Amino acid sequence: MQMSTEMYGIIAMFMITVLLAIPLGRYMGKLFSGNSTWLDPIFNPIDQLIYRISGVDPNIEMSWKQHLKVLLSINFIWFVLAMLVLTNMAHLPLNPDHNPSMSADLAFNTAVSFISNTNLQHYSGETGMSYLGQLVLMLFQFISAGCGMAICIVVFKAMKEGTTNTPLGNYYYYFVRSCTRVLLPIAFIMAVLFLLNGMPMTFKGKDTITTLQGDTVQVSRGPVAAFVAIKQLGTNGGGFFGPNSAHPFENPNYFTNMIETIAIALLPIALIFTMGYMLKRKKLAWLIVGVMTVGFILLLAPTLVMETAGNPAIAKMGIEQNLGNMEGKELRLGAAASAYWGIVTTVTSNGSVNAMHDSFMPLAGMCTMLGMMVNAFYGGIGVGFLNFYIFMILAVFISGLMVGRTPELMGKKIEAKEMKIAMIIALIHPFLILSGTAISAYLYAHHPAEYAGWLSNPGFHGFSEMLYEFTSASANNGSEFAGLGANTPWWNIADGIVMLLSRYLPIIGPVAIAGLLAQKKYIPESAGTLKTDTVTFGLMVMAVIVIVAALSFFPSLALGPVAEYFSFH
Amino acid sequence: MKYYLLPAIRLTLVCLLLFSVMYTALVWCVAQITPDKGEAAVWMVHGKKMYRNIGQKFSDDKYFWSRPSAVNYNAAAAGASNKGPNNPDYLLSVQQNVDSFQIHHPGVPASAIPADLVTASGSGLDPDIAVQSAMIQVNRIAQIRHIPKSIIESLVRQHTDKPLLGIFGPESVNVLALNIALDSLTNH
Repeated sequence: MQMSTEMYGIIAMFMITVLLAIPLGRYMGKLFSGNSTWLDPIFNPIDQLIYRISGVDPNIEMSWKQHLKVLLSINFIWFVLAMLVLTNMAHLPLNPDHNPSMSADLAFNTAVSFISNTNLQHYSGETGMSYLGQLVLMLFQFISAGCGMAICIVVFKAMKEGTTNTPLGNYYYYFVRSCTRVLLPIAFIMAVLFLLNGMPMTFKGKDTITTLQGDTVQVSRGPVAAFVAIKQLGTNGGGFFGPNSAHPFENPNYFTNMIETIAIALLPIALIFTMGYMLKRKKLAWLIVGVMTVGFILLLAPTLVMETAGNPAIAKMGIEQNLGNMEGKELRLGAAASAYWGIVTTVTSNGSVNAMHDSFMPLAGMCTMLGMMVNAFYGGIGVGFLNFYIFMILAVFISGLMVGRTPELMGKKIEAKEMKIAMIIALIHPFLILSGTAISAYLYAHHPAEYAGWLSNPGFHGFSEMLYEFTSASANNGSEFAGLGANTPWWNIADGIVMLLSRYLPIIGPVAIAGLLAQKKYIPESAGTLKTDTVTFGLMVMAVIVIVAALSFFPSLALGPVAEYFSFH
Repeated sequence: MKYYLLPAIRLTLVCLLLFSVMYTALVWCVAQITPDKGEAAVWMVHGKKMYRNIGQKFSDDKYFWSRPSAVNYNAAAAGASNKGPNNPDYLLSVQQNVDSFQIHHPGVPASAIPADLVTASGSGLDPDIAVQSAMIQVNRIAQIRHIPKSIIESLVRQHTDKPLLGIFGPESVNVLALNIALDSLTNH
């Protein structure tokens, strides 16, 4: 009985996500094509005001290099702003709990983490952040998501068929529209629903209460509802409180849990339908969503089975496991919805959690890592598609070689330069994860006096904690095996560098490829063209993803979660 | 460079105004007209304020117990154990939870103890327990409070939160709500 209602819950969440994503994708397609939408009367004046104050002209055409220059310069300014606020919070207003400023290395990590849409947190919101700091981080949750969406639209524009020197539009225009007309209204609706379900939205500091049993307890509060809405929607994931959406104030009941879970994958899926609308290639959009969904379900199914079956080591003590593996999970959410969230949040690079991944069963933990290692099953807002685009280029090239034809994507010839960029981008992710984990494992093993305090779990699981940390940083995900004591200079700086590289290089690479392709001569479709919207091509992309992910990561997974799994038996 | 940086600074500042200030203010204003006024759901019990969704520590034999917590229900520093499922220290602590439960509930075999009563939650502030976990404590409470078992059992059933719309998600019992009801039962 219990488990069946839990299963209906996750089926409903998935169905609602897709059903909402289809019309939303179409709306966004209209938005970025410059067509009129019903929200125009409200937002046209707001947008105009933003353009005027910023001193930019949204009608100027930009080259792909100019798009990237604008993106990188605004991100640089965000970084400076974040550093200034985080290192001076203690003296700034809105700090009723008198929380301290951050050390330089922690501020570097946090600043990079939030501008890069990662939201890896080496602090706890209750004790490590003022309300002003939270509100500034919330700014980055909006604009880093808007930044990813805008650059994805540039790639969609570049993919437009039938033209040579395809126009790419204006970055400010896409960015402002993403923020004001997509993120802001949806986040606001979510925040109102959260308020109606008892989520706090207050600027008062800690409350002190006496419990029924007579203990005195302090309760942290804050402007939570506004923050959680955009945290879930913008594939951000940085929690207001330490335990993220496991905290009853961030996720009070099953209804809010459903909204928060749906919001995680909503925009990444909607963006694929936006592509279908803008390129008039609906079939291709469905194919991509189909491939992503197959990948998602392949990771979800074993995780669900493992988490709802419970912990065999505890079963050995005679404790019944019909509730599932409940360590690190909340009862109002249940094991199934926690497993579902665990996979949605890792495939999309959201990284919020409603249960502790560190206490997941070994192979469930492995599936969450695989979600981040692939990082293209839905993926982060905008960047998820960019990663998938790289896999598509690789698949086109390999299929082209197999059938002896020139590789073409959407009527544009793929040549050596594009392939080099695609290969570098495909390999940089495993390179950052594996080299980072290797150095950490070396430090841990050879300098135990300085570094052994990192891990809260021994053996294989400890190795998994380090592997997960770098995987999460490199996937711009932000979830953690939180037993890792990561607020040390090594983790702050190493993670920070990994997040920087893995945010901006995988944006620059695909935009460069798309930009280069857009300038090329259009070759009309003929009998010799490799069709991209067929199931065969879908299987090719899937094969490329599996081969790249499996070959790169299998040895390290064998040392961590797989070895831990066998240690049970 | 100036061609890009100057608009970037101005754009960032206008975004700061729009998203950090105006959006927050708007949500805060809406909060003031919601039932909880943005202060989270609260119950007043004999003049004492309690948060409905923040779990409390119940270790007294006359109350229904809540789940183990890695932070001892400290709502100013919430957190989880983050122990791996096969960590020997962790399994030892679960065994201790089982043992201490059995000391207070003589005659209850380990196989009857639901998993949530011996494992720590994700937030350390879990307000709920499973229905089964409440039922198994009924005997102890009936003995200490000298109330017939059937009355306490019906109290548990009254305070069971059904799945959302009857079909989505698990059933649970809010421990604080149940214990408040239990206290008022004795006072009558």
